[in-house]
Amino acid sequence: MLADKDRIFLNLYGNRGADLESAKQRGAWNATKDMLDAGRDWIIQQLKDSGLRGRGGAGFPTGLKWSFMPKEVKERPHYLVVNADESEPGTCKDRDIMRHDPHLLIEGCLVASFAMQAHAAYIYLRGEYVAEREAMERAVKEAYEAKLIGKNNVHGWDFDVYIHHGAGAYICGEETALLESLEGKKGQPRLKPPFPANMGLYGCPTTVNNVESIAVAPTILRRGAKWFAGIGRANNTGTKVFCVSGHVNKPCNIEEAMSIPLKTLLEEHCGGVRGGWGNLKAVIPGGSSVRMIPAHEAETVLMDFDSLSALKSGLGTAAVIVMDQSTDLIRAIARIAYFYKHESCGQCTPCREGTGWMWRVLERMAKGEADHSEIDLLLDVAGQVEGHTICALGDAAAWPIQGLIRHFRPEIEQRIDRYRAAKGVHQVMTPVAAE
Amino acid sequence: MAKILVDGVEVDVPPEFTLLQACEAAGAEIPRFCYHERLSIAGNCRMCLIEVKVGGKSGPKPVASCAQQVKDLPPPRDDKLNELVTKGATVAKARNGVMEFLLINHPLDCPICDQGGECDLQDQSVAYGRGGSRFDENKRAVEEKFMGPLVKTVMTRCIQCTRCVRFATEVAGVPELGATGRGEDMEITTYLEAALTSELSANVIDLCPVGALTSKPYAFNARPWELKKTDSIDVMDALGSNIRVDARGNAVLRVLPRTNDEINEEWISDKARYAEDGLQRQRLDQPYIRENGKLRPASWDEALSATARALSGDPKRIGAIAGDLACAESMKAALDLFRALGSPNTDCRADGAEIGGGAREGYLFNSTIAGLDEADAILLIGTNPRLEAPVLNARIRKAWLRGAEIGVIGEAADLTYRYAHIGAGPQSIADLGAFGDALNKAQKPLIILGAGALARADGAAVLAAAGKLAARVSKEGWQAFNVLHSAASRVAGLDLGFLPGAGGKSAKEMLAGGLDALLLLGVDEAELPKAGTVIYIGTHGDAGAHRADIILPGAAYTEKDATWVNTEGRVQYGRRAAFPKGQAKDDWAILRALSGVLGKVLPYDSLEALRAKMIADHPSFGQVDYAPGHAGAASFDAGAIGAAGALSEAAFKSPITDFYLTNPIARASKTMAECSKLKASASHKVAAE
Repeated sequence: MLADKDRIFLNLYGNRGADLESAKQRGAWNATKDMLDAGRDWIIQQLKDSGLRGRGGAGFPTGLKWSFMPKEVKERPHYLVVNADESEPGTCKDRDIMRHDPHLLIEGCLVASFAMQAHAAYIYLRGEYVAEREAMERAVKEAYEAKLIGKNNVHGWDFDVYIHHGAGAYICGEETALLESLEGKKGQPRLKPPFPANMGLYGCPTTVNNVESIAVAPTILRRGAKWFAGIGRANNTGTKVFCVSGHVNKPCNIEEAMSIPLKTLLEEHCGGVRGGWGNLKAVIPGGSSVRMIPAHEAETVLMDFDSLSALKSGLGTAAVIVMDQSTDLIRAIARIAYFYKHESCGQCTPCREGTGWMWRVLERMAKGEADHSEIDLLLDVAGQVEGHTICALGDAAAWPIQGLIRHFRPEIEQRIDRYRAAKGVHQVMTPVAAE
Repeated sequence: MAKILVDGVEVDVPPEFTLLQACEAAGAEIPRFCYHERLSIAGNCRMCLIEVKVGGKSGPKPVASCAQQVKDLPPPRDDKLNELVTKGATVAKARNGVMEFLLINHPLDCPICDQGGECDLQDQSVAYGRGGSRFDENKRAVEEKFMGPLVKTVMTRCIQCTRCVRFATEVAGVPELGATGRGEDMEITTYLEAALTSELSANVIDLCPVGALTSKPYAFNARPWELKKTDSIDVMDALGSNIRVDARGNAVLRVLPRTNDEINEEWISDKARYAEDGLQRQRLDQPYIRENGKLRPASWDEALSATARALSGDPKRIGAIAGDLACAESMKAALDLFRALGSPNTDCRADGAEIGGGAREGYLFNSTIAGLDEADAILLIGTNPRLEAPVLNARIRKAWLRGAEIGVIGEAADLTYRYAHIGAGPQSIADLGAFGDALNKAQKPLIILGAGALARADGAAVLAAAGKLAARVSKEGWQAFNVLHSAASRVAGLDLGFLPGAGGKSAKEMLAGGLDALLLLGVDEAELPKAGTVIYIGTHGDAGAHRADIILPGAAYTEKDATWVNTEGRVQYGRRAAFPKGQAKDDWAILRALSGVLGKVLPYDSLEALRAKMIADHPSFGQVDYAPGHAGAASFDAGAIGAAGALSEAAFKSPITDFYLTNPIARASKTMAECSKLKASASHKVAAE
């Protein structure tokens, strides 16, 4: 359990003001100049020592990512891009950070940009985030007026922040698609290499970070890497905002220590599972794209990168979707499959064609209108998509389905059998010509 | 060079090679759909996935081999070279999976699809796909699109490889194709349901790996295995683009480009591709003689006797003009015949261009077409290459994309690239303004003089001015002087000396009248004299035949073995793909027969003998597929060509007003007529919305 003194986001619920004065009272913009004076190498080293792993889903060490930027600025300027295109179903942590603690993010942008010698940061907001954009714009304006950022600011590092409002495509949360979109093009992921640290925004060295990763950086520097590294387990350190939704009594966003047991998280902060722990069926622990875990695994699992990946799931964005016994899991995964089918950009073959196929099979399966052999077919198709695409959306579409089949195959089979029994037929599939 | 293993075999490849190229260098076959050597890399079809082993260990995912360069691989580990694995379970599974995905929504159209037999999807599904389908859902249907009279669309067959989009945007320079929608609803479209406004638009048909974009005029005409394929040379412009003529029986059914990096890479213009239906229409298939103002069919004997009678008069009062589509052999025969008759009146410059007679370099494209790939500054004088040589224009665009500066003196037309417009008329040659600096600084400058700049009263002066400029900016080993001809016959004619002999009349003077008999080797674009006997050797009932008194039907470019010399001075052989129509004969054979009737027998009885004589008289014809380029121009002084004279203030005009209707074959073509009509109707500007 995280002690109140160790919280970074002191206004996660918006109980206090989001304005500059209130933020300053909570510690934001405190000693920022000192951090900059300590130098780039110190900042990056602190980040590395803190063990902070990217909060956007993939969990790549943030300090290491920053260190990939060229050491010297040559003819191409450096850029920081903040990925605020928070679209992963179940995830709403960046939303509250931007609404209620925007100054931590802006301060983080300054520190990160300084560490990477960028004079400009772009914050790419999801299209649906209108209130968040307004909150960010207000905060940026305040920061400019207080000369915290901008030309000739008090920190001695010329720095501009641009808020860019996206158009609401999930794929634009993929870092290279985000850069394409930011450049005014169709949001489609780029081929890597070259990686953004070498060829990013407008062909210049760019680092793309999640809102939360950037927003926690100033506090880490203020309180020291040791403090942050002391929270959680080795390789899974620090605090994390968890977004708990679904069948719990009190769904909420909560900043907690990494590696908190899932059960503790749900019982302590969310009022427990609806109908008691025994009513739990499964949990999607990290946003819609990770594989679900069944109740018996949820009993003991720790909420961090390594424990969850040991269960073939993942921490993802730490968006915990709780599903009780009343949940029709097949229907739920079919809905998620529809989401990925709808959000696939269509650029590369496996994702473009595979997401639609998987969704259609699942739709039928949810009704039971399928064949037992189609479960293996579905698994095989998911395997053909996973790892064969340009970006990770293909993986994200395949994993939920793999999770369902891995843990709840009997349920699908029963559904099919029930449907057949009701119809009084053995072969439901009517053979039809392919066209 | 970088060492790398491909399936256990060590190869040494340049580090900037893609993994796909490295695999090919090792002889491994990599299937692909979206990858194309001449387009940017999209990496979206995922067919070229391979396994990469670093330090003997495979990575977590297969890698798109088209998209990664050898130098971007992680450094070798544990004393083991990086290895590319193109065989084995991982790769087979990846290919099989991608193939299945491509096919689930692809219609089972093969029996009714024109791509059948030359379809990448078909071929690769046989090689890498599975035996049957596991897809039990309904297939996606895509709404039909309209892409003009040349490109037939069946968009349901599209596999979204985006080759056509990249071609239109990058090579043709008309960003009018794109993809709308996303996910499985992504569709390739021209947005406005219109034809591409490019003279190269039909190349998307060749690029399309499936049957989504096929040839509209050729629709349902033939299967590829029924066709006899003949390698030949295009004559619609002076580039000498390499083509393949596909014929069934005696009918040419289609024309496709052949790859030749020195000339057309692998593109051809829409005219080169689609004027082919003009070969079946309006043809002259027997001799005619005009009697009482009307043409009547005649026998060859009659026609040749009549011709001989007409040419037997005062040799000073007969003449011969070669048109734009005359082959070298026919010009050689005509020239030898007229000289044997004692007539000095011969000219191959039917448009009246003031060029030729001096050093060969004075009328060639000396920098060579491939030289454009190195150019850093290009000045176009009196030419609209987009109309006069669209494939060359794409290459200029390529140079521009690479950073070359372009200047234009002449029409300020849309050339698909940005340029500095210096002026409209020849006065600007002396005052290049800011572009002059770029030209002076350039290491490899090109000055391209168009045919339109020479076919005017001050043509010789324009030539002199351009030559002087070229002499000034040429560098050691780099000749900047280039002439871009628009007639396929022109360079061969000039090489042969098909020019007025001593005291002879030029084409302009002959066309003005005053001769008793005028022999035309297919001249259809000039105003013909009212008086005198006009003998027309040609293929189509076009302007020349309408005026002619005697018509001797000849062979079109697809119907004869013929020599063509392109604007670079490159000698190439066209080959017979079909036989001449009806009683028509090879042009040189007509002239040889005529020489017999006239009693001035030409000293060759076969094409081989004629070619031997041609090479003996003009050694340049012996160097086949060779462009002399800078080496040939080493001792050439561009400053000395042309003739001093006053430059007029008249603006330059391209000789081509309607790209689609420049010669008798194109004018007889229904397809070209449609294109021309479409272009005329689209020329008024409308807002996109």
